[in-house]
Amino acid sequence: MKAPPAGPLIGLRGITKRFPGVVANDHVDLDIHAGEVHVLLGENGAGKSTLIGMLAGLVQPDEGEIRVEGEPVRISSPKRALRLGIGAVFQHGMLAPTLTVAENLSLGTAWWKPWAAGAVERGFDALCAGFGVRIAPGAVVGDLSLGERQQVEIFRALLRGSRVLVLDEATSMLTPQGVAELGGLMRELARRSMAVVLITHKLGEALEFGDRITVLRHGRKVAELGPDRLRDEDSETLREQVIHAMFDGTGGGGGPIARGGVRGRAVLAVDGLVVEGGSAVSFEVDAGEVLGIAGIDGNGQKQLAETLAGQRRALGGDVLLDGQPITGLDVGARRRLGLRYVTDDRLGEGTVAGFPVSLNLLLKEIGGAPFWKWGIEQPDPIRRHARDLIEAFDVRAPGPDTPVGKLSGGNIQKVLLARELSGGARAVIHSKPTHGLDVRNTASTRRRIREAAGAGVATVLISTDLDEILELADRVAVMSDGRIVGIVANDGDARSRIARLMAGDSA
Amino acid sequence: MDMILSAAFLTSLVAGMVVSGVPLLLAGLGEQISEKAGVLNIGIEGMMLAGAYAGFLGAYQTGSLWVGFLYGIGAGMAVASVMAVLCVRLGLNQIVIGIGLTLGAEGLTALLHHVRFSRSYPRLPGVETLPLPGLAELPIVGSALFDRHPIVYLAVASAVVLSVLYRRTHLGLTLRAAGDKPAALDAAGGDVIRTRVAAVLCTGAFAGLGGAFMAEVGAGLFVPFMTGGAGFIAIVLAMLARGRPLWVLAGAALFGACLSMTTALQVAGFDVPTDVIQMLPFAAVMAVLIVFGRGASLPAALGSAYVRGGRGSDGERS
Amino acid sequence: MRAVAGGVALAVVPVLAALVLSGAVLWLLGTDPLEYYAYVARRGLLTPSGLQATVTRMAPLLLVAAGLILAFRTGLWNLGSDGQFMLGATAAAVVAPPLAEVLPGWAALGAGALAAMVAAALWSLLPALLKARHGINEIVTTLMMSFLGLSLANALVKLVFLDPGTTVPQTRTLAVADRLPALPGTIVSGGVLIGLAAIVAVHLAMTRTSFGLKLRVVGASPRAAIHAGLPVPLLTVAVFALSAGLIGLAGAVEVMGVLGNVRADWNPAYGLSVIPLVFLARLNGFAAIVYVLLFSALQIGAESAARRLGVPAYFTLVLVANLLIVLAVVEYVAQRRRPAWT
Repeated sequence: MKAPPAGPLIGLRGITKRFPGVVANDHVDLDIHAGEVHVLLGENGAGKSTLIGMLAGLVQPDEGEIRVEGEPVRISSPKRALRLGIGAVFQHGMLAPTLTVAENLSLGTAWWKPWAAGAVERGFDALCAGFGVRIAPGAVVGDLSLGERQQVEIFRALLRGSRVLVLDEATSMLTPQGVAELGGLMRELARRSMAVVLITHKLGEALEFGDRITVLRHGRKVAELGPDRLRDEDSETLREQVIHAMFDGTGGGGGPIARGGVRGRAVLAVDGLVVEGGSAVSFEVDAGEVLGIAGIDGNGQKQLAETLAGQRRALGGDVLLDGQPITGLDVGARRRLGLRYVTDDRLGEGTVAGFPVSLNLLLKEIGGAPFWKWGIEQPDPIRRHARDLIEAFDVRAPGPDTPVGKLSGGNIQKVLLARELSGGARAVIHSKPTHGLDVRNTASTRRRIREAAGAGVATVLISTDLDEILELADRVAVMSDGRIVGIVANDGDARSRIARLMAGDSA
Repeated sequence: MDMILSAAFLTSLVAGMVVSGVPLLLAGLGEQISEKAGVLNIGIEGMMLAGAYAGFLGAYQTGSLWVGFLYGIGAGMAVASVMAVLCVRLGLNQIVIGIGLTLGAEGLTALLHHVRFSRSYPRLPGVETLPLPGLAELPIVGSALFDRHPIVYLAVASAVVLSVLYRRTHLGLTLRAAGDKPAALDAAGGDVIRTRVAAVLCTGAFAGLGGAFMAEVGAGLFVPFMTGGAGFIAIVLAMLARGRPLWVLAGAALFGACLSMTTALQVAGFDVPTDVIQMLPFAAVMAVLIVFGRGASLPAALGSAYVRGGRGSDGERS
Repeated sequence: MRAVAGGVALAVVPVLAALVLSGAVLWLLGTDPLEYYAYVARRGLLTPSGLQATVTRMAPLLLVAAGLILAFRTGLWNLGSDGQFMLGATAAAVVAPPLAEVLPGWAALGAGALAAMVAAALWSLLPALLKARHGINEIVTTLMMSFLGLSLANALVKLVFLDPGTTVPQTRTLAVADRLPALPGTIVSGGVLIGLAAIVAVHLAMTRTSFGLKLRVVGASPRAAIHAGLPVPLLTVAVFALSAGLIGLAGAVEVMGVLGNVRADWNPAYGLSVIPLVFLARLNGFAAIVYVLLFSALQIGAESAARRLGVPAYFTLVLVANLLIVLAVVEYVAQRRRPAWT
């Protein structure tokens, strides 16, 4: 094995990238060294994804220079990035789900070359064995777990001779145990003198895995902590420094906020509800209570939320709102009774991007009075309604006629909250309410949820962000494999009990 | 029943099946390439028609069917290249452009035919065949199947070759990835746009050849609008074959048999109205769709243009 | 103002470019494009008889356009319009003539129109159900049903509803006196009023009513429609039935207003040629009226040009295809310059 070169393997100098209305990266300098795990830390929207997009050849910088071993390069395409030895593993996965592991590994090879399936499989098996991982090369990718897919992608990068491995939000889809395994894998890669770049917004992971931490905020590099400081200073000091850099002293949430909910009788009761791909689920939410539902993404939370909202048919069991069974009702009827659902897929299903804000605010009551008379649209009441909600929920939009797709993620979320929380909400289901939002919008969204609960709304908060749940929830249900494996009160050691439930210990 | 199963009926049915089935086979194989790569090629009817006219023209001018086939391939690819530029490069709506190309090819070939041949209505001489030794002497089906122009054998062989290519080379992988998860192909260093452009051009070549076969071998002349929806049947064939070329072969045989039923029944002494018989292949498609439709899997990215780094629905700015 | 000017430019530029491109085709075929266009304009628009023929031709095209706009705005690719049109025409030709002998004229016409709409709507039911129930791609199924419908209509005319009084294979003929009344003082069939009413109604329904908004939600984002609790399968079937019904009515209007009967192997193929027109009009009903007027004039003009100048009427297909492709490119360029329209 060659000794790592003295200088950085990759150097970024003055990198700037603008998108319409946003500066994603503002004169960022970054050095990536062989044999190190380099953590890029920042909130959502801090510019991390754009930065690695440039390393991976998906995005071109507007200004600045990228150097590989001191030589200025233009990473014009993913192919070029691979040739330079930069392999990237993206958050959403870049494997074709219908192909097998071995087939995915050979993607990108010139099409006329004969396909040496045996050689590919042997190479992959050998590599897996070296890292103590077992994945069958003949398995179809769609059948693998998210963690396994990620490992396949990492090994694919290694098989291609990558010297730099970029991992984009690699831990967000993993169980705590999966995160630990990934940590071990990254250590091993660094020991083999690879450069590993881990992108994350989680402070704990940064401190745990990083040899070097770079903090980004609003597209600018605001701090860099080298290996010496990370080794020498104690973790509390480091933590404070990083928090200060990430949030500019505004604080990143803090501990659970005590709040006197107007607790009452059960508003939403779920009794043995069976949803697609899951088993019977039961819980109750009182007026003014926030029930958190924690769990790794893809464990049936979405199906549960959609079944509660009436979008998906229940296979069994009952849902009661204020004691009335609503299992047989459709979305509209449930909404009129006060059951609301704030989806996390804001542009995909929550809104119609090309429609104005005003109509999106009425998307779930099309045809209702006073906005439609005899089925005819009444522009004035519609616009007035929109203006009122835009003001009440502080939506930053030029006007009620602006297409929703032109708004930022935070403002689209405000439109959704305005629609679902206004007009007689009794019970509200939030699905990953702050997913993809920046710090300020995250804070304002959480405040809205809390205020609504304070006003007596029974709230179900589905989130994969444990900190969010611990901040807002009164009780926490943990979901795994389509069922609720335990419900715990949000008190002192809730975090560790939830983590144990998520890892598979039943309560 | 004896009448139906008479030797004359069977021979004529199988012979007709080959004549009507080969264009479907070629066009279906071509459409399959596009669909695998994620392009729904509605313009294939126009590509066939262009191929039919050019094939006839080439064969008529030079006296060589093979030159005609080359002309047909070229014309099909010319139409396909418009589709490739507009739909793959520029990412325009594949359905609208496909319909536009079909209309344009219909109009243009009819116009050209009118200007050149409307007074003479020339016919091509009979097709020379290549009897396969041994097989061609088989009773009933021998001459119908194995005493044919070599292009028939090549068409069947191409189905086999394609199925090997799909399974044993990177071609299949690249095409499938371009259709199922273009971003994965791009990230792996493949070129989605180039793959799809190549796929659409291949479709044009196959469809053009299919059209040329129709005019040169099938009819021996060109008639405006002569493809009569064969391209659309090819789309369905490709869809139902779920990426397997040999299934296209089987389907083309089936539909070819349906199409040739009229003549065969007339040979057997039945007078069944043409219009009723013409419904057979389409009715068969509908029946198949009703029964197997739910299983007719199409690539996930079919019909949508690929833009690198295009905004996903996951909210975060990249 | 600038937006309006831009919109007009966006509509006019492709038309001019397509005329030039198609003119090149004419020139290559040995016809003087200017002479051809001048002739077509004169015969299609500028002579009283030509203009009346053009306006009469608009009736079925407007109804087909109305049906297509309804479906396309809902995101449903009803490509089966030719079959639906022919079945509608045949149904009207079967029902209206015998009824006209026993019922008052308006009742016979009404019954013919109703029969046409029902026949076409029924023909769309299978693709609609396959789409609504199993998500089977409606492009393929409507195309197949279109071919089936054309053959079925032909078979019905030749085998079942043959007029015994003539040797030509055709249905019984509706007496001229019993047909749709002409506009006063002209020979323009009253069908054009039905067409105009239908397309304006569809346009207003899509843009001004809750029903139309629901359909637009389904068209713009089926997932948002499900999220908002709209009955997507029901709306899908309803839109298919309405769309096909309007297209069937187009067939009835052509038969009961102009032709009086359906001859075997008659198929004007209005359906596929109107598709480019509604896209040129960006699925806007009023713009579609303009394009339909131009296309009708082109068709009428081209039909007489075929006799006079020897250029077959197929040329209209070339022109429409060119127009569509040029429009698509212009659209692309415009989209790159400013954010997408919906």
